[in-house]
Amino acid sequence: MVERVMMKGNEAIAEGAIRAGCRFFFGYPITPQNEIPEYMSRRMPEVGGTFIQAESEVSAINMVYGAGGAGARVMTSSSSPGISLKMEGISYIAGAEVPCVIVNVSRGGPGLGGLSPSQADYFQATKGGGHGDYRLIVFAPSTVQECLDMMFDAFVATDKYRNPAMVLADGLLGQMMEPVTLHEITDLKIPPKPWATTGATGGRPLNLINSLGLVGEELERINQRIQAKYREIEANEVRFEEENTADADLVLVAYGTSARIARAAANKARIQGKKVGIFRPVTLWPFPYQQLTDLAKAGKRFLVVEMSVGQMVEDVRLAAGGLVSVDFYGRFNGAIPSVTEVYNEVMKLTSKQGVA
Amino acid sequence: MTFEAIFAGFGGQGVMLMGQLVAYAGMYEGKNVTWYPAYGPEMRGGTANCSVVVSEEMVGSPVISEPEVLVAMNRQSLEKFEGMVKSGGILFYNSSLIDSKPKRNDIKVVAIPANDIAIELGNARVANVVVVGAVLKATNVVKPDTVISVLQKTLSGKKKDLLAINQAALEKGMSLV
Repeated sequence: MVERVMMKGNEAIAEGAIRAGCRFFFGYPITPQNEIPEYMSRRMPEVGGTFIQAESEVSAINMVYGAGGAGARVMTSSSSPGISLKMEGISYIAGAEVPCVIVNVSRGGPGLGGLSPSQADYFQATKGGGHGDYRLIVFAPSTVQECLDMMFDAFVATDKYRNPAMVLADGLLGQMMEPVTLHEITDLKIPPKPWATTGATGGRPLNLINSLGLVGEELERINQRIQAKYREIEANEVRFEEENTADADLVLVAYGTSARIARAAANKARIQGKKVGIFRPVTLWPFPYQQLTDLAKAGKRFLVVEMSVGQMVEDVRLAAGGLVSVDFYGRFNGAIPSVTEVYNEVMKLTSKQGVA
Repeated sequence: MTFEAIFAGFGGQGVMLMGQLVAYAGMYEGKNVTWYPAYGPEMRGGTANCSVVVSEEMVGSPVISEPEVLVAMNRQSLEKFEGMVKSGGILFYNSSLIDSKPKRNDIKVVAIPANDIAIELGNARVANVVVVGAVLKATNVVKPDTVISVLQKTLSGKKKDLLAINQAALEKGMSLV
């Protein structure tokens, strides 16, 4: 049955997780994501799941580690400062190759920051955040519908690769309401997890989950295996969306909330006859380097729009490889770029450089 | 055609609900809609507002910098948002609680004594729905029947008794424009 309802992004994240088979939620409250634990506290008992408000973020992420290690579909959610607190646990989970989903409904920083939306956690999500050579598979929804759908994608990916996945939203997506289509997931196939620590009472060999490698070159071997997995993820899981890039002179690159603002600005500029396209990374790691390199080779210039002082722009510059200019427009510390601001920036760039 | 409105007031006046009525109705009419709340950290008594976009197109930003429609339910909201209204737009203000007159002369200004009307109808809390009625009539953003069906869905079960007065408030508001 297909049902269309209005939901906040936070509620869609929670409902999406439940529909994806998540039965364990551990979290600690923080604005602007509190609707997620609120929703989970009501819904989890209805589906026979477990909701625990832990005593701290550190506690919550370690509960996730435990439940994931036992083979459960499990998640936690928080917002920027809370995600920082979880980073030790996330590094351990990545090292131990335990599947789980972490949601960051990000807000302004650094430090305690504010309550307003921000995209300043891109580095933390995609480049590390915790210690060691690890990656998260990072999904960036741009609509409330995607908040719902990408929870499913994140759970599939995390189980497939035994690597923690992150859904990186922001306070605007979390708080806004939009219509959502609720698809019934009928073929929920959770893969078998023979590695899980489920109690070796049936005579099977013992399973051990940890992130420790003390002997000789054991740790290097573990890392080589993890890195081989990352290459596989890079080859298979890059997701992106592009619109009107074929004839474009200028391509706006943006993800999440910024992408919807950039799209509206690009469409407005199109009406004025400007050849402007939009490129939206859907996975932030693996990042669509190759696709952006191809656009750069085709001579298209980039304007990166972010709600930060410029983080993803570094990856776009890497992809562009100095072939074309990469400009940046950002609002930050909780400010949100308006369509008009981005449009003005597009008009400035396209007329200054004589691009029609 | 894109409708962009800010509904503003203080906590407890039902400004979030005003925006939701319009947004839900837009969804039921098959349009793209967004609803985005903003409020201070206070639980009650602080200022609150929500931005609503109803459009045939995909909605870019749910945050509105130049609303075509402003609903100001209290004086602070009028002072805060009056300057933002798009030239040629419409400002609805709650003249029961706001004794100063709006200053803009490049927009249409509609005074609604919302609290007085609501008290006459028998429940001070429907002041918000009175103003929604006026907004619907003046802008045609969604059909009044759709809003009534949203009210029917929302006011079911224990709240069923409140349906009649809300419907009366909506119709009264429509008759004022």
